[in-house]
Amino acid sequence: MQLTLRKYLVLLAVVIFGSIGDSFLSRGMKQVGAIDVHHLTHVFAAIANPWIILGIFCLLAFMASYMTALSFADLTYVLPATAIGYVNMALISRFWLHEHVSLTRWAGIVLIVVGVGLVAGGPSLTEHPVADAESVTETFEEHV
Amino acid sequence: MRTAYTWICIAFTVIAAASGDVLIALAMRRIGDLGDFRRKHGFFPVIARVLSETALFGGVFFMAMAFFSNLVGLSWADLSLMGPASAALTFVTNALGAKFFLHENVDKRRWIATVFVCVGVVLLTRT
Repeated sequence: MQLTLRKYLVLLAVVIFGSIGDSFLSRGMKQVGAIDVHHLTHVFAAIANPWIILGIFCLLAFMASYMTALSFADLTYVLPATAIGYVNMALISRFWLHEHVSLTRWAGIVLIVVGVGLVAGGPSLTEHPVADAESVTETFEEHV
Repeated sequence: MRTAYTWICIAFTVIAAASGDVLIALAMRRIGDLGDFRRKHGFFPVIARVLSETALFGGVFFMAMAFFSNLVGLSWADLSLMGPASAALTFVTNALGAKFFLHENVDKRRWIATVFVCVGVVLLTRT
């Protein structure tokens, strides 16, 4: 199935809101400091941090666009197709959060992008006949 | 010790996120293309239809678990490790979930991509 411009824009929104949201969360958690493993509930206090609040808003936008993308494409298409977000994340980590991103990590990020780029060239949606779609639901409910 | 905690956190995040993704994908597959649905019925019926899917709430619950686990992980490790490692491993787990639970066509091309992602994750963990 060929995607329209609107659908590509939805995928772009998944990429942008996902990576920016994660970066805001990371910045917020750096300010909050390390959470003691014996006091994991302290993580809820982090929600008061403005960067965390911004991150949550971005991730809500991410969820809306992600759900829209899943309504017209396979899960195994949407995730790879939005893998360019890893590059975004690395660039943000390096230039905004001033984290050290070694050459090996850059190579890892490139491999991930190449790998998932392979998938993006394939069909976006598995066509299920109606009877088949019902069996998918039944199979899933049996497992859950 | 913190490295061990980080990887336990990544594993927990991956399992929760993959469960959430598969459940949300199941809910959205049942609903169909949201754009088409909106054109036929309008904006608010779309919201009502989405909120009527029980699988969606299961998915959101697991995503919330993944979110808090990710927050804890980010307090211990750099985003450039935590972000790609948990996301890439989630991709592999999702491929398995999509194949066995959603019956998606995970063909050779998608599995090769999975191997690339795994190698990429190994490289990410080396400093």
